Amino acid sequence: MKVLVVGVNSAIARLVVDELLGGGHEVVGIDLRGWEGAPIEVHAVDIRKRAAEDIFRKLRPDAVVHMGTVTSLTTVGEERYRVSLGGTRAVFDHCCAYGVAHCVFVGRHTYYGASSDSPLFHTEDEPPMALASFPELGDFVAADLYAGNALWRFPDLRTTVLRLCYTLGPSGHGTLGASLRGARIPTVLGFDPLFQFMHEKDGAAAIVRALETRVCGVYNVGTRDPVPLSTLIRETGRQSIPLPEIVFMAARGRFGVPGLPDGAINHMKYPVVVDGSAFARRTDFTLRFSVTDAMADFLAAFPPPAPKRRWGGGAP
Amino acid sequence: MTTGLGDEVEDRIARLEIPWNRYGVDPYGVSRDHLRWMFGLFGAAYRHYFSMKVVDIHHVPKRGRAMLVGNHSGGISVDGGMVIAACFFELDPPRLAQGMADKFIAKIPFAALWADRTGQLPGLPEHAARLLDDERLLMVFPEGARGTAKLFTERNSLVGFGTGFMRLALKTRTPIIPFGFVGGGDAIPTVSNAYTLGKLLGVPYIPVTPYLLPLPLPAMMQIRFGEPRVFAGDGSEDDEVIQSYVDEVKTTIANLIAEGHKPQPLRLNTSGPDGGGAGP
Repeated sequence: MKVLVVGVNSAIARLVVDELLGGGHEVVGIDLRGWEGAPIEVHAVDIRKRAAEDIFRKLRPDAVVHMGTVTSLTTVGEERYRVSLGGTRAVFDHCCAYGVAHCVFVGRHTYYGASSDSPLFHTEDEPPMALASFPELGDFVAADLYAGNALWRFPDLRTTVLRLCYTLGPSGHGTLGASLRGARIPTVLGFDPLFQFMHEKDGAAAIVRALETRVCGVYNVGTRDPVPLSTLIRETGRQSIPLPEIVFMAARGRFGVPGLPDGAINHMKYPVVVDGSAFARRTDFTLRFSVTDAMADFLAAFPPPAPKRRWGGGAP
Repeated sequence: MTTGLGDEVEDRIARLEIPWNRYGVDPYGVSRDHLRWMFGLFGAAYRHYFSMKVVDIHHVPKRGRAMLVGNHSGGISVDGGMVIAACFFELDPPRLAQGMADKFIAKIPFAALWADRTGQLPGLPEHAARLLDDERLLMVFPEGARGTAKLFTERNSLVGFGTGFMRLALKTRTPIIPFGFVGGGDAIPTVSNAYTLGKLLGVPYIPVTPYLLPLPLPAMMQIRFGEPRVFAGDGSEDDEVIQSYVDEVKTTIANLIAEGHKPQPLRLNTSGPDGGGAGP
């Protein structure tokens, strides 16, 4: 199968490429950042520009994996909307125009939002509830919904929307890995939310599994074994620094506390845990690694640095 | 906590049929360590502080999904705590009764953490349904916060029951075990509820007692379990049908409470699978 991976220079996308190459597939990548030393052909173009459309036209991929969305941690304001939503629109338009058979949109489980009245083990039919308290998630939720409605707008295109829980592993990339880089992790005193994550290799394997089984629809992908934030911090060799919420809010961006937006505080207080059973059932997907493996691999690759002024900090 | 109680708590926690992971946490975030602390405290209250009597706890199934449905009494949910303690200390194997905590609790630091870690999840229909699907023991107080807001003079009455629990029981084919709780209002004799103060503190109200603070007195309390009831239907019935089922449960609970107020024959030892008892 000829697969085009959009946003190929992320840690998990690189693992997807490894999995696909291992499975004997032909893989081509698109990423504005390029990828030095890539084992595949990578085009450093903007997915929203003409050059990206040319790649679709010339390559005529059988399947596309869209991982080219960005979070509020890396990109701010309107640019985030342009990249996440504009990019997603371009991907689906090109898929439709150039006869792509299957498109996998890789979203995040934070779609559901964190709030005191949201249930554990979200199912796919639940709406995104926390946009009011965390508007920075808006672009990403919009991209997810846009991808989802391709299911009826483009009936000839098989569309899969995956809402992946956090991933963790030796790359140290991703929201969780970035949040755990410091030796001391500030938390909100009196709260200890469950965190749901899987080994980054399992995350990549789930995406490839969706491609290979050609499953169609919206699916959560997550473990059945979330752990409290305190356990995650302890098992990755970090130290938790519980701060009263009012202090945490006031100290953001100062004294080494990460400058999280207001809504991100809810993710430090309340869990976002999804029910991944539908995906597992439809695709026979099973995890190869436990959460213990994920934490151990991260710790081995990133032993806690000597305490410095800059602390890490959880975020969606 | 006495050494004997500590050992018993340890032994019973080891026999709880909960799928712990290697960190002593289950998929819902229930933590073995937090349960150890909670049952140490609840055990001391259940065995030594209150004069507890538990009747017919054998109606609670040893395994499988079940819904304990009972009345609130007392300004804070001492009743819930003692039902949880009874299911842990009297059943063999012990079971963890999981209540549906008022949603405001999830916003309060430490209270949220302890409620989650001890299995008392925020009161959402999704949580209740999932726990039953996982064959857990659910504890429901259909009176809600209105039940704990009863004043001392109203302590043995029942206020309006919600109907959501009945639709859920029908939908999930769950047996309902009604229970009547007697004495909660004597433990916390509420003379008034400070609603404004409660609002300021982020809770529905603060119960005010003759000694001001809502601290429980060492009262005599009784939990009487009724026979399991399985109602016919699938949860899609008309409101009138559901209401009639709810009224049946409410009547059963009222009868259990009335039974609890009858003079009891003197028994030297009420412990055992049929009598079920704790303390003197």
